[in-house]
Amino acid sequence: MKGWPAVLDSLRRIRAIAGKEVRQLLRDKLTFGMIVGVPLLQVILFGYAINTDVRHLRAGVADLAQTQLSRDLVAEAEASQVVDVVAAAPSAQGLEELLKDGKISVGIYIPPDFDRRAATGSQPAAQLMIDGGDPTLFGVAQGLAQMPLVTRDVPQASKAPLFELRNYYNPERRSAVDIVPALIGVILTLTMVLFTAVAIVRERERGNLELLITTPVSNFELMVGKIWPYILIGLIQVSIVLFLGWLLFSVPVAGSLLDLYLAALLFIAASLGLGLLISTFAKTQFQAMQLTIFTFLPSILLSGFMFPFDGMPKVAQWIGQLLPLTHFVRLVRGVLLRGADLGGMWVDVWPLLVFFALAMTLAVLKFHKRLD
Amino acid sequence: MADYAIETQGLTRRFGAFTAVDGVDLAIPRGRVYGFLGPNGAGKSTTIRMLCGLLEPSAGSATVLGHEMPRDAEVLRRKLGYMTQNFSLYADLTVRENLEFMAEIFSLPRRAVRERVRVAAERYFLVDLLHQRAGTLSGGQKQRLALAAATLHAPELLFLDEPTSAVDPQSRRDFWDCLFELAAAGTTILVSTHLMDEAERCHGLAIISRGKLVAEGTPKALMEGIDARVLEVETPDPHKASLALRGEPYIKSVTQLGTRLHALLKKDTPAPVKKLTEVLHRAGLEAQVQETPANLEDVFVASTSFEGDERVARRA
Repeated sequence: MKGWPAVLDSLRRIRAIAGKEVRQLLRDKLTFGMIVGVPLLQVILFGYAINTDVRHLRAGVADLAQTQLSRDLVAEAEASQVVDVVAAAPSAQGLEELLKDGKISVGIYIPPDFDRRAATGSQPAAQLMIDGGDPTLFGVAQGLAQMPLVTRDVPQASKAPLFELRNYYNPERRSAVDIVPALIGVILTLTMVLFTAVAIVRERERGNLELLITTPVSNFELMVGKIWPYILIGLIQVSIVLFLGWLLFSVPVAGSLLDLYLAALLFIAASLGLGLLISTFAKTQFQAMQLTIFTFLPSILLSGFMFPFDGMPKVAQWIGQLLPLTHFVRLVRGVLLRGADLGGMWVDVWPLLVFFALAMTLAVLKFHKRLD
Repeated sequence: MADYAIETQGLTRRFGAFTAVDGVDLAIPRGRVYGFLGPNGAGKSTTIRMLCGLLEPSAGSATVLGHEMPRDAEVLRRKLGYMTQNFSLYADLTVRENLEFMAEIFSLPRRAVRERVRVAAERYFLVDLLHQRAGTLSGGQKQRLALAAATLHAPELLFLDEPTSAVDPQSRRDFWDCLFELAAAGTTILVSTHLMDEAERCHGLAIISRGKLVAEGTPKALMEGIDARVLEVETPDPHKASLALRGEPYIKSVTQLGTRLHALLKKDTPAPVKKLTEVLHRAGLEAQVQETPANLEDVFVASTSFEGDERVARRA
């Protein structure tokens, strides 16, 4: 309006709103608890529980051959740590019973003519029965079926494998190393979107907005003032997850921390934009929460956090590309695990910028300092 | 022109096919407590929102403190205080924090903030409550805090939207004392209300019904100039009496006040006392009938109900 003093007044209003927001946050024990509690809980839960390299499956064995070779096979399978033999059955039907009752998830059936089959290699020597209800188990079983029988008597087994598989970046194939960096994104998605959406809607629901609209506060000042405490919170959460990941799961920081925090800032901005946009649609805090969950689920499922992105159907990939989390998961894994720098990952940086700009524009356009 | 805080000509607001405010002309002098009296949905709030610049008029013009609305809404915001119907400060902030927040929002000089908060706290008896969270205050205390917050920046014009509907009578009296003090200091105060006792305290009053300004003046002038004759009926069976009276074409409205009835008759009804006594007698009722000066509620009923007779019948 009138140049410099007007700008100062505007900054002062933004600061007043931000300061008030921080005060309210500190007093709202539940929200404050969530800031620290959510990352803490999620890192521990996901880090320990999500384990895609399946081990220690309960297995049952029906060894009808009872030869040295058959016992070697079972010992070999156990040595791989993929299965623990917990039950024995007299027959194939016995294994089926155990599977059906859920007592085992893998059945190893060794037919009476196992030695001969193994020697000729003309037909499968043994049979794996698995509980197909869990798709990850199927993959595991496939791996188990490829297991070479390292036995002196059987020449086929000593054949060199066609490929030598080497695992980069996560040599011990520990899930936590993949999960924890991406978890930064998941936690930020949840808290940032939810907090901002709820923060604005709460103001409307409690009637505070009715007062603010008659004051000199502008839409822009209100949004910026409310947003920026949450940026700080987001950065605090990033630090918590990083620290816990390092402490509990030895998640490495291969790249620069600066790049990581820059990527996090970008992602926080995009998430806050989404939260603001949600707040312009939701009339109550409950609606805001529902809408947040509505955006949260696809983020988790389609971003490559849970399932490998390249393995998803094309349509799912397109949707995934629209989600900020997809790009952030790539960025954070890149920086933390591969030591990549942000400049090299421009393809995943600009979508975040575009998302932020779009969400903010829509939110400011749609947000009316009005009552209706 | 400068003598008026608010002037409107033909102020109109339509929402689709519905006309919420219909050609309202107002001239509200400065330094007065001016009331908008009307039933819910009459268009009081819509009018106030247009005067604040929150809503654009569909037609007509409004000049507020010499600023044309809604063009100058941003400039006006600083000169305007607004107290909402429901408590709208922050329940989880203390009284002091709320006041300081409002001071910052209104860009009060930094050095003046503390002093202003102190003065406001003293004036509105909030000193002992400064460190208490606003959410824990009583209804009357919240009221005082809201008024303190709305007047912290010394607005020239103060809007109060049904300010005392949730407050006990003693607090209400105290609150009105504060309002008159502000008015005496030059603040123009616009109060919307549907409470008669509140309306009666105003210097000037506009009765609004279905979007239209139906009566305007001081409460006294309104009561004296009522377009009806008011008859008070005292009878052992007021309910039966009111039923008996309702059929008469010259009776516009009957209101029961405990054991008494207030009947509003067409102004040109001759010998009203005799007429009513006869009607009641025919219905087999003993009654004492006398003409009485109108109270504000009579004025309100007379001016809000008369034009639509079928509506009155339904409401009765």
